[in-house]
Amino acid sequence: MSTRTSAGPDRTVPYDDLLTRYEPVLGLEVHVELGTATKMFCGCATGFGAEPNTQTCPVCLGLPGALPVVNRTAVESAIRIGLALNCGIAEWCRFARKNYFYPDMPKNFQTSQYDEPIAVDGWLDVEVPPREGVDEEPFTYRVEIERAHMEEDTGKSTHVGGSTGRIHGASHSLVDYNRAGIPLIEIVTKPLTGAGERAPEVARAYVGALRDLLRALDVSDVKMEQGSLRCDANVSLMPTGAERFGTRTETKNVNSLRSVERAVRYEMTRHAAVLDAGESILQETRHWHEDTGITTSGRPKSDADDYRYFPEPDLVPVAPTREDVERLRATLPENPAERRRRLQEEWGYSDLEMRDVVNAGAVEVIEATVAVGASPAAARKWWMGELARRAKTAGEDGSAVGLLDLGVTPAHVAELDDLVTSGRLNDSMARQTLDGVLAGEGSPTEVADARGLELVQDDGALQAAVDEVLAENPDVVEKIRGGKVQAVGALIGQVMKKMRGQADAGRARQLILDTLGVQG
Amino acid sequence: MSDPTTHAASGAGAADADLTRLTAVEMADRLAAGALTSVELTQAHLDRIERIDPTLNAFLLVDAEGALATAREVDAARAAGEQLPRLAGVPVAVKDIACTQGLTTTAGSRMLEDFVPPYDATVVARIRQARMPILGKTNMDEFAMGSSTEHSAFGPTRNPWDLDRIPGGSGGGSSAAVAAYLAPLAIGSDTGGSIRQPAAVTGTVGTKPTYGAVSRYGIIALASSLDQIGPCARTVADAALLHEVIAGHDPMDSTSVDAPVPDVVGAAGTTDLSGLRVGVVREISGSDQGFQPGVQARFDEALDALRDLGAEITEVSCPHFAYAMAAYYLILPSEASSNLARYDAMRYGRRVTPDGSPSAEQVMGASRDAGFGDEVKRRIILGTYALSSGYYDAYYGQAQKVRTLIARDFEAAFEQVDVLVSPTAPTTAFRIGDKTEDPMAMYLNDIATIPANLAGVPGMSVPSGTADEDGLPAGLQILAPAMQDQRLYAVGAALEARLRERQGGYVIEQAPEIEVRA
Repeated sequence: MSTRTSAGPDRTVPYDDLLTRYEPVLGLEVHVELGTATKMFCGCATGFGAEPNTQTCPVCLGLPGALPVVNRTAVESAIRIGLALNCGIAEWCRFARKNYFYPDMPKNFQTSQYDEPIAVDGWLDVEVPPREGVDEEPFTYRVEIERAHMEEDTGKSTHVGGSTGRIHGASHSLVDYNRAGIPLIEIVTKPLTGAGERAPEVARAYVGALRDLLRALDVSDVKMEQGSLRCDANVSLMPTGAERFGTRTETKNVNSLRSVERAVRYEMTRHAAVLDAGESILQETRHWHEDTGITTSGRPKSDADDYRYFPEPDLVPVAPTREDVERLRATLPENPAERRRRLQEEWGYSDLEMRDVVNAGAVEVIEATVAVGASPAAARKWWMGELARRAKTAGEDGSAVGLLDLGVTPAHVAELDDLVTSGRLNDSMARQTLDGVLAGEGSPTEVADARGLELVQDDGALQAAVDEVLAENPDVVEKIRGGKVQAVGALIGQVMKKMRGQADAGRARQLILDTLGVQG
Repeated sequence: MSDPTTHAASGAGAADADLTRLTAVEMADRLAAGALTSVELTQAHLDRIERIDPTLNAFLLVDAEGALATAREVDAARAAGEQLPRLAGVPVAVKDIACTQGLTTTAGSRMLEDFVPPYDATVVARIRQARMPILGKTNMDEFAMGSSTEHSAFGPTRNPWDLDRIPGGSGGGSSAAVAAYLAPLAIGSDTGGSIRQPAAVTGTVGTKPTYGAVSRYGIIALASSLDQIGPCARTVADAALLHEVIAGHDPMDSTSVDAPVPDVVGAAGTTDLSGLRVGVVREISGSDQGFQPGVQARFDEALDALRDLGAEITEVSCPHFAYAMAAYYLILPSEASSNLARYDAMRYGRRVTPDGSPSAEQVMGASRDAGFGDEVKRRIILGTYALSSGYYDAYYGQAQKVRTLIARDFEAAFEQVDVLVSPTAPTTAFRIGDKTEDPMAMYLNDIATIPANLAGVPGMSVPSGTADEDGLPAGLQILAPAMQDQRLYAVGAALEARLRERQGGYVIEQAPEIEVRA
């Protein structure tokens, strides 16, 4: 039997076909960059996008003599993540050195955790959405978590001069050590079995659920495209009914939720083709290509990789007291999935409405708006309607900004909604008021006051305008009296014009009909 | 010999000799009294370094300009009536293992021949805060791996007592500089005896404080769990003053002990040891254990002196010390193999680029091959092997268990006695070249000093006299429980004073004047 021989594109088999013969087993390793102000072992800043090599010091550059000091906030974040994943928290654990040479790793060892991780043996229930026309209900899968441990990130290498941006063919490489030493939490699942044909979707749902959880914990900005959340997907196939797992590959560079699903699906179809041909899967890392939707061979990886782990002698053990752990447990937010279900019920949104709100990232802002007095319907109407529309072009040069970056607060929206429901403003006035708020002119009430926006509540002025309009349009009055009630619309427009828009159109209609003695 | 308070130098003649032969305590007193300026004192040492050091090779770098600048500032501050730290204006030499901002720091290696650190080690920062002029950087075995300073990439340092002999190692530069009056005080580092063994073979005093008592931040790491920084001096009281300057908690070193510094300076005034229980460690003394007769004789006399001072002497056994050497030579290389991995020529350090278009890995390989000496390579290979999967438990894991047992031996011994004593090194200084071809023979120099590093307890070497067979100095080692460093100074100071009475002066005063070689 041979291993892969051809250098051309890999063979694959149709997805549905492979499922008749093989059972997929997944293992997902997610690296999360913590959003701490400083690095894991030094005081350097962690902001994304700074000039290369400006956020460094002797410690994260691995200069001779430099020593690490553990970032306490990072340890607390790790414990909170562990607790949120239903893990046990170690009473005593150490860092270890993972030794290997690479230019973007300043010390040529990574300070990580090996056989004493901070969190072990947890789980996370994930919900795979129903497939249209196939399932009625979502599919729930319990992802078993093996461990979550703390480590430091490496620097970032940029390979210059080649066509692919990878080291092969490059003339030289540049290394940015700003990322070196940024705190990472690696979350490793146990082998995920039994998901069958839903395995790629489970992978995606897990990473998505984990992302939501980490966001709710406020420990990371979890941006896959910026690399603050990275997923390595281990995939193997075994013949249906077998008990021994097949040889796995580890796919890297998976930078979106969609890619997680696609990469797993692709690897399954590729593995099946290799196995169908009677060949063996080469245990290796694979590189995912978003554009072409395939993986290519990375470096061979074997279980025999020897990192010569040993306990980091420059650090003292981490020993969180049980009191510390309970104090941190008390800071855990509600599980995001449960919270969504609770809010949907409280707000009375349909499934579709709730999904739109979630996808728009508007759950928190709507919750805050409701909390300061707006109705759930009004909060959704404003944030998902007018404000969402404006956010699309509110940035410099007409680019999009986030809802929270508009400069409108939940209190503003609640106040605006109150002005409408109390009858002071109509919709068009409310939009003008919003213009003022966005322009920084103050709160909705202040803007409406300053701009003189107010529906005329005094029927006297409105009646005078109605009388004038009726007198000026005897032909229309005739038609209405003759039964063509819909002709009243033309008169309402004229009344509103005389009132310079500051009237309630519904009230104007009522007065016209009353004056003419006609039933609407 | 003369009255110790006025060390009229024997046969030195030169004007600088009067000043350089003062103790650090005397220097500090004279500076404080306005009887001496730091510029005069510093210049006297610089002059002597210029004259003597081409023969000794104790210094890898002399920073005359920097030292004199500090001296001038101190003199001006004193003239202005400013309150100054006790050692302000007293010059000091620093082992080239401590990073000094703006001053090349090599760790005795070609690899770091041109490395200029952008930051100061915490000990260096404390020396600067104490306003001590830094004379320069002293020679050492490459990355502190050795017991003779012969493994320095920049040539061996010679022993001031006999220029054909080694000054000990790895801190031979610091011990030779202090012994030869090139500096009154020096900083050393001790991983398995690199302060104490050089002190013993040069007739000087050296202390390895409790692990974590002095910050390691900025000290080029050999073996993180064993390394400790300490003072080198000619007298116990001088060592105590420098100890006090450098000790104390440092938030930049996670292994630094957050506790008050013991009163070592006060302890160095001890003259009576009544009631003190002293244990002689059976496993690390005695001619039957390979200790040179003259070394053992001076040790036995020192025990008599301790008895005279009121101490009770008993023999204690530390059975696991027999395995200390084996455990040490697994733990040290393991940690060193990882600590030295960073020297890959990517961002600093010696870089060798092979022909063609080499990969980063090939550049790393060629640079490490050219930059590291044989002893360093030997230990990196040993350590890499010991940590390898499949060998880890048998080597590194087993060595850590031995380490625990040695720590327990100490605990048990310190239930019976207050301090332990032994000869510091098995022999007096050997001849340059005698042991370079036999690593095991070289390693055995540290047989008595290694247990303290494995257990993290403090140790000191004080001169016990000179051996009858070769006239070369020998040392007595004192060991105390962790964080009881003051006991070393109490015993050391009392013993030093008694031996001075008996022998007619400090041991170092018996050293011959150095014949400058062309």
